[in-house]
Amino acid sequence: MTGDEACAEGALAAGCRFFGGYPITPATEIAEHMSERLPEVGGTFIQMEDEIAAMASVLGAAWAGQKSMTATSGPGFSLMMENIGLAACTETPCVVVNVQRAGPSTGLPTMGAQADMMQVRWGSHGDYEIIALAPASAQEIFYQTITAFNLSERYRTPVFIMTDEIIGHMSEKVVIPAADQIRTEDRPKPQGRKDRFLLYKPGPNGVAPMPAAGEGYNVHVTGLTHDEKGYPVMSIEAQEQMMARIRNKILDNRDDIILTEGHELDDAEIVIVSYGISARTSMAAMQQARAMGLKVGFLRLITIWPFAERQIRELAQRVKAFITVEINLGQIHLEVTRAAAGQAACHLVGHHGGAIISPDKVLAAIKEVV
Amino acid sequence: MTQAVARHEPSPAVPDHPLEDLIRSDRIPHIWCPGCGIGTAFAATLSAMKACGLDLATMCMVSGIGCSGRAAGYVKLDSFHTTHGRAIPFATGLKLGNPKLNVVVFSGDGDLFAIGGNHFIHAARRNIPLTVICLNNLNYGMTGGQAAATTPYLARTTTTPAGNHEAPFNLPLLAWAAGASFVARWTILHIRELTECIQKAFLKNGFSFIEVLGPCPINYGRRNKEKPLQTLKLYQEQTIIRNHADPSDLEIDFKKKVVLGEFVDKERSTCIENYDKTCRLM
Repeated sequence: MTGDEACAEGALAAGCRFFGGYPITPATEIAEHMSERLPEVGGTFIQMEDEIAAMASVLGAAWAGQKSMTATSGPGFSLMMENIGLAACTETPCVVVNVQRAGPSTGLPTMGAQADMMQVRWGSHGDYEIIALAPASAQEIFYQTITAFNLSERYRTPVFIMTDEIIGHMSEKVVIPAADQIRTEDRPKPQGRKDRFLLYKPGPNGVAPMPAAGEGYNVHVTGLTHDEKGYPVMSIEAQEQMMARIRNKILDNRDDIILTEGHELDDAEIVIVSYGISARTSMAAMQQARAMGLKVGFLRLITIWPFAERQIRELAQRVKAFITVEINLGQIHLEVTRAAAGQAACHLVGHHGGAIISPDKVLAAIKEVV
Repeated sequence: MTQAVARHEPSPAVPDHPLEDLIRSDRIPHIWCPGCGIGTAFAATLSAMKACGLDLATMCMVSGIGCSGRAAGYVKLDSFHTTHGRAIPFATGLKLGNPKLNVVVFSGDGDLFAIGGNHFIHAARRNIPLTVICLNNLNYGMTGGQAAATTPYLARTTTTPAGNHEAPFNLPLLAWAAGASFVARWTILHIRELTECIQKAFLKNGFSFIEVLGPCPINYGRRNKEKPLQTLKLYQEQTIIRNHADPSDLEIDFKKKVVLGEFVDKERSTCIENYDKTCRLM
């Protein structure tokens, strides 16, 4: 199946029962697949009037108690940004898939890119933390979609799956395990007296339990700065407390959230850093370099945000250089450079968008750096 | 033997507010200005909630942004104060996510019909079972009185200092054209009719829309030489109740008579019923 279909199947396996979407190339297949499959499992699909409405409906369904999601690409992602901020501020679990295409604006609708990596991090106004994953194959999209739902439920936060047109539309073998082999998580439910319940009072991992509408908690959910009860409080102190909560629940749990994959790092002098589709061509380049006797390793970022800063920092102590490979003009490269903090040279193999980066191009960069 | 602490007993001389159980009293005082009509429409909504017989635990209120959008912050129910214009699509997700919920959208004319206009017509077209109550005060109150999609022709606002050169929406006509199952208009002066009408809308299985005309003396009245009491006099003297009136006759022009009443009350299968019928066939 295609990466897009694997995403839809992963969502269903994770327990997603609401999809609010809007057609957009190259993410439409996710909506199409969900429209067929959701009613079969008792869920609901709705095609909204635009991506703003799609994102709003996803948040409404999340507060109705459903695991909910949407899928889009660049222009739609831009439209979703205000309600993504509402999700971060109101600590609403949901999953948003961005099957990236080349931008800006309408760009190259049918051709892939990885140029929304900073938009996903900073696209809505204000300071906040989110979680973003970048799977590299259809099989991994299936699993990472489940992981995305689990993380969103565990941390009450929007979680993003940043795929691209290339893996979204590519058909590959996908093994779907039996349901009892799949671990799914549900948001912690509050206990104790309903009239004393505080909607944003953090639990042991920094995350507050979350009831659904209709369960008798009379919750108030607002995008205004609010206290632990959820009531708007227009003060600097309330802002500081709220910001600390929504950021720290992610930052303090980085070791639990961040996934990376290392290849041939032990004796590496040069480390390629990549993610998503670019990780696959980078892997080929690394193997070719090794065959030539060059000491090249590969760090694959599976979690993009929060950024694997510690992993880069540690490698920077002992490697000569990093080469970041990504289909944009250096968005994650600059993060690697920041984390390396001058301890190792940082190079970019970038692309303006519309095609994969060939292993040859990566290999050429390796030879240059050596 | 321990004795239970005596609970506050309402004194007969100063009875508790009849809507106290539905109000977050710990959030009072509210932000609405003296002479504002929102509180009256809000109270009518809460009275209708209590009177309609629906289980209050299933009732939710969703608001957008603006003065009326603050309503969700004062109701002691599951309540959602969302982004500007997006109360209806949020409410759509809430309702479809759990169809047992009874969802009311309470917001203003700027929120629902300018920035949120697209969502309104699509929710009406789909016939999503929601009750949408729009407090129409003819301008953007929260931001200090700018022109709205409902501001009458030639009316003065801070962004139409020479008078509004645009034409306003006729909201019931828009709702009717988009397919709403229930459409009505009252003013905050017609509190009994309004409360009964909201009650009816709550029990309607389909998309219901009620426009409530309410004064904004601070921002709109002041700039249009309408004293607070004069606006209420207009509501009394320049309105006429005509149920089932032709929706195209419902422009708001207080120089002529403004028509109030229940204009549409029809049966049409809802989005949820149709989804179950066409998509859940097994």
